Amino acid sequence: MKHLTEYRDSQLIGQLLKMIAARVSQPWVLMEVCGGQTHSIVKYGLEQLLPAGIELLHGPGCPVCVTPASTIDQAISLARRPQVLFCSYGDMLRVPGSGHSLLEAKAAGADVRMVYSPLDALALARDNPDRQIVFFAIGFETTAPATAIALQTARAQQLANFSVLVAHFLVPPALASIATANSSRLQGLLAPGHVCAVTGMAEYQALAARYHLPIVITGFEPADILQGILQCVEQLESGQAYACNAYSRVVRDAGNSLAQEAVSTVFQTADQEWRGIGIIERSGLQLRAEYQQFDAGLATTSNAPAAQEECISGAIMLGLKKPQQCPHFGTRCRPEHPLGAPMVSSEGVCAAYFQYH
Amino acid sequence: MCLAIPGRVEQILSDEPLAREAMVSFGGIRKTVNLSFVPDAAVGDYVIVHVGLAISKLDEEAAAALIATLNSIPAVEGTP
Repeated sequence: MKHLTEYRDSQLIGQLLKMIAARVSQPWVLMEVCGGQTHSIVKYGLEQLLPAGIELLHGPGCPVCVTPASTIDQAISLARRPQVLFCSYGDMLRVPGSGHSLLEAKAAGADVRMVYSPLDALALARDNPDRQIVFFAIGFETTAPATAIALQTARAQQLANFSVLVAHFLVPPALASIATANSSRLQGLLAPGHVCAVTGMAEYQALAARYHLPIVITGFEPADILQGILQCVEQLESGQAYACNAYSRVVRDAGNSLAQEAVSTVFQTADQEWRGIGIIERSGLQLRAEYQQFDAGLATTSNAPAAQEECISGAIMLGLKKPQQCPHFGTRCRPEHPLGAPMVSSEGVCAAYFQYH
Repeated sequence: MCLAIPGRVEQILSDEPLAREAMVSFGGIRKTVNLSFVPDAAVGDYVIVHVGLAISKLDEEAAAALIATLNSIPAVEGTP
C-alpha cells in the first residue's frame, strides 16, 4: 500500500540503523509512548537490530490498558440493561474489569456490539429508535475528535437514544508525571504521531523545555520509528533538548484545528484515573454541561473500591519493568487468559512480547 | 488504538456540515470516511484515517522528500 510499504523497506531500515550506530557514543534510554509504536518495534525486532546501548522503554500509550477497571464495570452494568445496545471498539471487549469483561457479559446475554467508529454507533441509534445505544468512548487525543463529532451530530439531530460512556485520556500530563517520577531513567521520548496529528506540537515543545527532554514526534512504521530514534539520539549526543517532528507527512506543527475545536466544544479537561497508575491531574476529558444529556456515566455509578490487581501494568506502562519481569508473564497470564489489560489489547506491550518474542 | 492508515480519496459523497463524506480506497478496499476535519482534501489526495474519520491530509511532498533524503545519503560504513 502506498505510503505504508515504503517505510518497511529493508534497505532503508538498514541504512537508518547504520546512521544511528554511527551517531551513538554512549548508552541512551528512550521511551516510545504509543502502543502502536511498541507493537511495530517488537514485531519488526527493532530492539535486537539497534546498537546495544539504545534501550527502549515502552510507554503508557494503550488506551485500553489505562481505562480503569471501575469504568469497565460501569460499561458492563450499562450493557446488562435490557433496553441498552452497548457499542465498543473491539480492543476493549476482552479487557477484564474488576470481575468480568464485556465479552463475558455478551456471552451471558447482554447486547454488546463491536463497532469500528462512533459514527457506526450513531447509525445504530437511528436504526433502532426503541433501543438505548451506549457507545464506550475510549481513547487518546487521536480518538476524542471522533467522539466529539458523533455527539455534535447527535445533538443536531436530537437523537435521544444515543449516549456515551467517556474514558478519554490526554497524553502530555501522563508524560509529565513520567518525566518527574524519581525512578524514571528516561532520557528521550518518541511522541505519538497520530495524537500529535490532532493536537500539534506546542504541548510537546513545552514539555521538552520544562524537563530538558528531547522529544521527537514519531510515526509507526519501522523506518518512521528509526528516524525518530535517530533524531532523538542526535539531540542527546549534542546535549540539546527540544521537540521536533519526524512524521511531517502526517503531523502539522499546529495539528488539526477543526478536530481541536470539535473536542473543546464538547469536552472540558478533568482529572482522570489511569489503570495501574492512579489519578493524573487534568489528564482526561469530561462532557461539557451542554452535552451532559448524552453522558451514560451519569446513569450508573461505580463505587466499588479499587481492587488489588495481580497485574503490574502500572510499572510496565511507566517503563519501570519489562513484561518478562512479571512473575505471571506467559504462565498464568496469557492472551487467552489475561490477568491484566496489557496482555489483551493488540497494542498492549505484554501481548506484543508474548506474540513476537 | 491510535492506529490510523493512509487511504486515497476516490469520490466526495457529501459536503454536509459534520458529515463531509468520501469514498476512500485503502489499497483497493473501499470504505466511506468522514472528511469533516480535512475540508481541503480532494479526489486523489491521501488522508490519514482513524475510526472512520480523516484526521490529517497526507503531505506527499514531505513524504517524497524524506524518502529521497534517506536514499541519497551515501551508505554509512559499519554494521548496525
